[in-house]
Parts: sequence; C-alpha cells; structure tokens
Amino acid sequence: MTQDGIGAPLRRKEDRRFLTGRGRYVHDIVRPGQLYAVFLRSPHAHAEILGIDTRPALAGTGVVAVYTAADTAGKINGVPCAWGIAGKDGKPMKEPPHPPLALGKVRHVGDPVAMVVAESLAAARNAAELVQVSYKVLPAVTGVADAVKPGAPQLYDDVPGNLCCDWAVGDKAKTDAAFAKAHHVARLDLVNNRLVPNAMESRAALAEYEPATGDYTLYTSTQLPHVARVLLGVLMLGIPERKFRVVAPDVGGGFGSKQVVYAEEALVTWAAGQLERPVKWVAERSEAFLSDAQGRDHVTHAELALDKDGKFLGLRVATLANIGGYVSTFGPNIPTNLYGPLLAGAYTTPAIYCEVKVVFSNTVPTDAYRGAGRPEATYVLERIVDVAARDLGLDRVDIRRRNFIAKDAYPYQTPVMLQYDTGDHAATLARALDLSGWSGFAARRAGAASRGKLRGIGIVTYIEACGLAPSRIAQQLGARGGLFESANIRVNPSGDVSVFTGAHSHGQGHETVFAQLVGELLGVPSANVEVVHGDTARSPFGLGTYGSRSAAVGGAALFKAAGKIIDKGKKIAAALLEASEQDIEFKNGAFMVAGTDRAKSFVEIAGAAYTPPPSYPLETLEPGLEETAFYDPVNFTYPGGCHVAEVEIDPETGVTTLVAYTAVDDVGTVLNPMIVEGQVHGGVVQGVGQALCEDCVYDPESGQLLSGSFMDYCMPRADDLPVIVSATESTVSAHNPIGVKGCGETGTIASPATVMNAVVDALAAYGISHVDMPASPQRIWRAIQAAAPRAAAE
Amino acid sequence: MYSFAYHCPASLADAKALLGRIEEARLLAGGQTLIPTLKQRLASPDAVIDLKGIGGLAAIERRGDALAIGALAKHAAVAASPVVRQAIPALAGLADGIGDPQVRNRGTLGGSIVNNDPAADYPAAVLGLGATVHTSERAIPADGFFTGLFETDLEPGEIVTSVSFPIPHRAAYVKFPNPASRYAMVGVFVAETSSGIRVAVTGAGPCVFRLAAAEQALARSFAPASLDGLRVDSQGLSSDIHAGAAYRAHLVAVMARRAVLQALG
Ligand SMILES: Cc1cc2nc3c(=O)[nH]c(=O)nc-3n(C[C@H](O)[C@H](O)[C@H](O)COP(=O)(O)OP(=O)(O)OC[C@H]3O[C@@H](n4cnc5c(N)ncnc54)[C@H](O)[C@@H]3O)c2cc1C
Repeated sequence: MTQDGIGAPLRRKEDRRFLTGRGRYVHDIVRPGQLYAVFLRSPHAHAEILGIDTRPALAGTGVVAVYTAADTAGKINGVPCAWGIAGKDGKPMKEPPHPPLALGKVRHVGDPVAMVVAESLAAARNAAELVQVSYKVLPAVTGVADAVKPGAPQLYDDVPGNLCCDWAVGDKAKTDAAFAKAHHVARLDLVNNRLVPNAMESRAALAEYEPATGDYTLYTSTQLPHVARVLLGVLMLGIPERKFRVVAPDVGGGFGSKQVVYAEEALVTWAAGQLERPVKWVAERSEAFLSDAQGRDHVTHAELALDKDGKFLGLRVATLANIGGYVSTFGPNIPTNLYGPLLAGAYTTPAIYCEVKVVFSNTVPTDAYRGAGRPEATYVLERIVDVAARDLGLDRVDIRRRNFIAKDAYPYQTPVMLQYDTGDHAATLARALDLSGWSGFAARRAGAASRGKLRGIGIVTYIEACGLAPSRIAQQLGARGGLFESANIRVNPSGDVSVFTGAHSHGQGHETVFAQLVGELLGVPSANVEVVHGDTARSPFGLGTYGSRSAAVGGAALFKAAGKIIDKGKKIAAALLEASEQDIEFKNGAFMVAGTDRAKSFVEIAGAAYTPPPSYPLETLEPGLEETAFYDPVNFTYPGGCHVAEVEIDPETGVTTLVAYTAVDDVGTVLNPMIVEGQVHGGVVQGVGQALCEDCVYDPESGQLLSGSFMDYCMPRADDLPVIVSATESTVSAHNPIGVKGCGETGTIASPATVMNAVVDALAAYGISHVDMPASPQRIWRAIQAAAPRAAAE
Repeated sequence: MYSFAYHCPASLADAKALLGRIEEARLLAGGQTLIPTLKQRLASPDAVIDLKGIGGLAAIERRGDALAIGALAKHAAVAASPVVRQAIPALAGLADGIGDPQVRNRGTLGGSIVNNDPAADYPAAVLGLGATVHTSERAIPADGFFTGLFETDLEPGEIVTSVSFPIPHRAAYVKFPNPASRYAMVGVFVAETSSGIRVAVTGAGPCVFRLAAAEQALARSFAPASLDGLRVDSQGLSSDIHAGAAYRAHLVAVMARRAVLQALG
C-alpha cells in the first residue's frame, strides 16, 4: 500500500496549473496563420429562410470566406445522433436531418445560418453583420405542453404533433392492477425547469489541415474526443480516423453540454480543409446561451398508489420531455432510458409504469446535463413520496424506511429494467439524520419563527445508475456504439509510468485519481504516474467522460491493464529469479518468490523489460512493459444515499435561504476522499441552483430567450450557500473490480428534490403541497399570496 | 467593438472642446456600462473621451451641511470613505452594495447617475437626499435630473463634475437585489432631512421616483408602523421574468418599512 494510493486525500495535481492561470484551453492555442470564424445565428425561433445574400459580407476587408447551407450541402452530412430510441410501438424515433447550417428553415433562436471566416475576429464580426438573410417568420412554440397541443406550430412536415418518440417503460397492466387495489393514491403535477449548462469555459474549436499529408487536427472543448472523431470525421466530414486527430486539451467544465457533438466543430474543420489554413472559433457567452445543449425541461404528472400502511404499491408517471429544435447527440436518450428506469429509487415499489413523450419545440436542443435524467426521476419520486406522507399523515422518514430495499435484499431487480448490486439505505439514512441534527429541528424552526422566518427541512433517499454502460444493454436501448473504456499503461525503462486513458477530465481530477489508482496497483508513488488523456493520437479509443463513468469504467480498464502489467512482470521476474511463474507473488511493489526473501523491485523488472539481461527469455517473452485493456462493465453502478436540507423563507418577500445541507452518499470505494467531497459539493450546488434560482425562460410568443445572459439567468453563488456537510457511507460495488460506484452527479441528482422538500415543508402551514422550481422569491411570494386567504379561511 | 478614436484630455475645458468638435463622442468614466455596450456593438461612437486624466473629479469632502462627491469617485472609495461613513452612512452602505468588488473599483458615481439605469442604486440616494448635480454648465436639483428610462436632464456635451448631498438627520437604503444581476429589483431610500421626509424608489419602475404617500405618512411619524397598510399602486411599475408589477409594488412597501426601521436603528 503506497502512502498516496487509493483512499489518500491527495491534492489535485492539476490544480497548480489551473490556479496559476497556466491551464491550456482551446482558446489559448494559437496556430500560425489562423483565421477566425464567426457564426451568424437566427434571430427568430421559427422562420423560413427565403434567401441569403453573402456578397456584401464577402466584400468586407479581411474576409476570406462566407459559407451557408448552399456551400455545405452534400459536403458535410447532418449532425448525427449517437443514441436512437424506439417508441412503445417498437418503431424508431423520428430523426429529422440536422444540417450543420440551417437549410431552408431555422428552428430556434441561435440556429446557425452562416459562417464567416476572416483574418481577424473583428473583421469576421463586421462581415457577419453584412450577411443579409431574408426570413419569413413562422409561429413558434417553446413550451412542451404547448408543442403537443393540436394546432401547435409544427417544426417538421413529417413529424406530426412534434412528437419525436412516444416511449414507455414498465408493466402497464400490473401497475393499473396495483392502483385498483390502492388504499390511497397520491398525485402530483410538476415542472422540471430547463437549465443552461454554463460551463466556465465556453465552447471553442480550432482546426488545422496539413495539405502535404491530408491530415486534420481539431482542438475542441469536448468531453469525448474519440467519439467526436468518429461522429465529426467519419460521419459528418468523410475524414477517416487515421487522418483526423482530435485533441481536447484542458476543458473548463462540461456538465454534459460538451458530450454533445456540434455543427460548429465540423464546420471549422471543414473550413480549415477548404482554406488550407487553421480556423478558430470561440463561443461568446451570449452565444453559449443560444447554442450549448440545454438540460431538463419536463412536464410531469405522477401518481403513487399506497396501501394503508404506507407501502408503495405502484407508481405511474407521464412525462412530456422537451428536446428542442433538433435531435442532439444523446438528446432523446436522456428523458427516456436515463429517466424511467430510475423511478424505482431506493424503494420496493413492485409495479411501475412510465410514459414519456419526447417532443420537439423551437428551443435550443436539450441533452445530458449533470445527472442527465436521474435528477428528473429523483425529483418526481422524492417529491411524490413527500406528498404521499403528508396525505396519509405519515412521517417522511418513516414512509421511506417502510419502503426501503433492505440491505440483504440486494442484488435487487427493479420492475423497470435495472438490477441494483449493493446498497444500505438504512445506514446512509441513519448517518444523515445524525449529521443533520434531524431530531433537533423543531427547536430550530421555533427559533426561526421568532425571527419571522419559516423554516423547513427536507429529506431525500435516493439511488441512481451511473458508470455508463454495459455495451450490450446500451445497444439494446439504442446506443449506436459501445460504452466500454480503454486504458494503456506504459511502464517506462526507468520504472516510471505513463497512463493513457480514453476517459477525459474536465474538472474531475483524473490526473490525480488515476495516478493514485495505478500507483497503488503497481506499487509506485502516484507522483511517478503521469495520466494522459484527451488526445486521439495518444490514448487508445475510449468513450470519454460523462454519466459518472470514469472511475467505474475507466478505472476498471486501468485495473485490467495493471493486471496485465503485473502478469508480464511476473514472467520476467520468474526468469530473472530462476523460479517458476506460479511461485512469483507481486506484493508491496516487488515481485518475490513466495516464501523466500528473493525479490525484484518493480523498477528492476521495468529495467529488465527494456534492457533484457542474459537471463531474459527473449525467445518466448517479448521485451517491453506496456499493456492495453478495454473494459466493458457487466452492469451499471448504483450510488445512493441520503441528503437533508434546511431552508428559511422570509414570508414577506418570498426569499428562500438555504441554511444547512447534509449529504451522505454511498459512492462505493473512495479513491480520493478530497475529490469525492469536491465532486459532491459541486454537484449539490448545481442542484441547488436548479432548485432556487436557475431558470431558462423563453418567451412563449416570440420564442426569444428571455434569460439570455447572467443579468437574467441566475447562477448560484458562494454567498448563497451554507457549509455543505458531506460524508460517505459506502458499500462496495459488485459491478466492477475496484468497487467504485461514482460521485460526479450524486449531488445534482439528490439536491433539487432535497431542497424543494424543505421549501414545501417550510410552507406547510399554508397548506401548500408543491411549488415548482426554481423557488424564486416571486414564485414563493405568489404561492403564499394564493394560499394565505385559503389558510386563513380554514 | 467597432473601432473608435481614444482621447484622454487633461482638463475639463479640453474635454468640452473635444465634445464640441467630435460629432459622435462618448465620455468614459469607469467603463462598467460603456465598455460592455461597445463590446456588444450596441454603440459605435467615433471617439471615446476618457475623463480619468482630469484632476480633482474624484474628491470626497464635507462642505458645511453637505457632502460633495466628485463624479469620478469610485463606488469602493465612497463605501470606504470615513467622511461618508460618518456623515451619511446610508450612502456608504449603498455604494458598498453595488455589484461586486471589481465593479465597485471601476464604476463611478457620475457614470451611474448619467446612465440612469432604472435598476441602479445611486439614483435612489441622489433623489432620496434631494442632492444637487453639478455639471460643467450648471447645478441641477435631483428632482429635475432623472427624466426617464436611461434619460437625464443633461444637455449634449454637458459633463457631470460632482454631486452635493445634503446631510440628513437620518437615512437608510434597503435594496432587494435582482436574484440574477443583483442590481436593485426594488431599492428604497428613506431620509429625514431638514427640508422634510424623502422616499425615493429605484428598480421598481422605468425611472427612480419619489413615493409621496410614504413621505406623507412618515412626516406624521417617522416610524415603520406609519407605513403599515401602505399600498403601492402597481400601475406603471416594471414587469419582467423575475418580478411582475404587483410583486414589485409589494416589495416597495416592504423595503420602505425596512428602510425606516434601519434608519431608526
Ligand atoms: C457586473 C456589473 C454589476 C453591476 N451592479 C450594479 C448594481 O448592483 N447597482 C448599480 O447601481 N450599478 C451596478 N452596475 C453599474 C456600475 O455600478 C456603474 O455605476 C455603471 O456601470 C456606470 O458607471 P461607470 O463609471 O462605469 O460609467 P461608464 O460606463 O464609463 O459610463 C456610463 C455612461 O455615463 C456617461 N458618463 C460617465 N461619466 C460621466 C460624466 N461625469 N458626465 C457625463 N457623462 C458621463 C458615459 O458617457 C456613458 O454614457 C453594475 C455593473 C456591472 C458591470
């Protein structure tokens, strides 16, 4: 066991460069002779393009090219979707073409219409203003409930009712039967508000073409460089992998919005080839608001059937999910496969049926956003459990306990596809109740009341699925590729180690954690392990980072590769020590003959692999010490836990203040507790943002984005937050060899429901049983205004 | 940003001469509004005339019963000034609540009131204290200075040099920040001055305004209870995704009461 191996709270290696301004993002890369691209975007939510005149723009000083769909049609294929789902009737989803530049029609404000390339950014901007587009404005629809109404504006001629897919999971007949014998049915209508991802680094792409060889290089802020190479290169541009290198250097946050492959990346690459000069594009913040794939946006009706003891008998959920103007890379998969199957949660509900209508609208496409489907599911389930508890006069903790899947009932098959491996809900619950001081709440509520404040406490017990994904299951659900991960471990001649992973770090800390893991497995200090990621020319093909998969899948691949290194090391050691391979043990960083003190250190074995001594059997054993592994998980991983939030509401103004937050999570094996804590904090805050302030609002008439800048889109800030108490209470995952589950999204999955349960609890005296997110001051004030006369009358 | 000529005159006279000579010229103070406007290409002046080279425009001093604050005084300087904190603590507190540290260390009093953003904080103090705005040409009483949405009584070419704030018996400013921008969604400045009670409201409407009903009620008795039952008409108030007019009207009454409480504190 090394000092800085698994479980050590090692500081992140990468932070020094980030904190001293030495990170190297796409924007920091400058190539000789580079040109600048600017995209002209649609000012309308829905319009026909009657004509585009690029001549005035082309005449501008410094302008090199102006491209429209007329130039790219037939040369660049449409933006592809990587995950196609099928409806209830078994038919594939509607997948209308998504041309990289709008062809004939624009479908949301911000839809790219033309690309201007110039010698300077200013020249490109000037020219973009000169491109003349004549539009015939059409009626637009932005809200998902409006988009499915008869007579709603239609985005596509061949997609009636704007319905991309009518999807379902679960057993309808069994669920109906459960409701038929219910003692009580709790009902809830809710909206899961749309969010803008807002990674700190806006998207950027810089492409180069080498005419001498025909090679392309694209530097892009992506979470999945290898996947991007296939989708952009092979599918959109017809550039084979061997001629296309995709580099994702330091990436300043993704949250899912950068696991999407975008038109701009393909266009910049194509233009570099056309012009034989590097072309760079960096999104402005206002452009990010109009073009980064957004998150959430559901309208849901849910019903929970209970028996007289508060046991859940059945759950019925009907959701309308807004996927915006086009099918995004993983768009339709998020509100379906990553949502419906999560509705069992931590409970033994025997019958579940969930229907999701996946709907187009004149808005920016939606796709994965931290948690991706699971926060939405957790929100529905954990809110309706609270509604049911109140309906039946049951304690909120008690009703959860009564319905928990018991620790010894694991592995547990849910009625909605998933098979959970391990978990201990009673343990995480007990710890969270303790850490949050749950039992002392009444006194805190009374204290708040004496200050004129309404105090509420909320609890959530959750389980989620991450570690995407077993390729076979994923493909059955519509994935158009595998979902394994790769690892290459190169032990260098001196015994230090280079690790190449197909996962990608954009804030997760892989350079630290993977070094700890490999260091531990090989018995070398993690400082001697360098982790390389984000470059298709250096790492083996991998699927990238999203869905809290890096440790569970990428880490497991590293485990496998390390095993191969050790196996080979044993062979070398056996030869050098003149022992049989079966007798060699690898322990504490040394290869030893079992039961003796004869040993070779890891460094000695590495040296021998590259400088074979006479005893090295070159005839039967290759020199070198480098191994590659691909790991395809046997199943998802299932982190879970219990979160508790306390809020105080000023009833006079409607302002909600989060005053306490406790997160107890079962993340499986903890590789680095400091990083887990950081991930949990960040995740919690992101969910708190959704619960209390973030809201992406479109004007229902014009389709304009009303929350199009930080002046109107409210991000959570440090001074909005209390100290977040976090702890882990882990059971080891049985689904991968290192026992990890995942911690990247747990916070975001649990916290919206936790905070909203606290908000509703604070308002209980008014008889308010639900408020939608975000709990903005005006919304809370209005809820109180609407309820106060009612409460007074009672 | 479109390109423009940059000038940095050393005197008020030189600045005025440039303004007279150049057709489309904009004055630059802290740049916290002007620079983003230029970057977003919402303005395309031929020239930008930076005021920072002109001496004496950032002074903060007590002059008898008033506080004279130079147009170029930064929000951070006003917030930290012992003179301001002693004479009109409500004004120092207001300045301390504008934006963030970066904004407070660039943005200026003059820039703020000339811009007259409907959600800006300073206009509430200028109107609430019955201040006088001094320009290169004349003195303008607060009641005549703010004329509408982003509009003031200034003539083209007129440069604000300072603002003179009468020192009140007591005063307070309470702001309900817009959750996203943290500008004032509603801000109420309440002052008991030698010429009477003044209550100025910013953020709620298209332009800062006085709340006569509250002034009259407080003139009878300067106590929060005087505002109990104060009903603010939502007619003409602003409405946006964060707050409808009715909510703003409600907040005006709440903030007014809290301001009185704070002034008495
Ligand atoms: C992120 C952010 C947050 C902010 N938050 C707040 C807030 O919470 N509350 C608030 O009140 N304000 C806020 N502001 C505004 C800021 O406080 C400044 O007061 C405001 O931007 C204008 O001041 P300035 O000195 O920067 O003026 P500039 O931007 O330099 O100029 C503004 C306008 O005034 C003109 N002008 C400037 N000085 C003079 C003069 N002496 N005579 C004549 N004309 C002149 C200019 O020509 C220009 O038209 C915020 C700004 C930012 C960027």
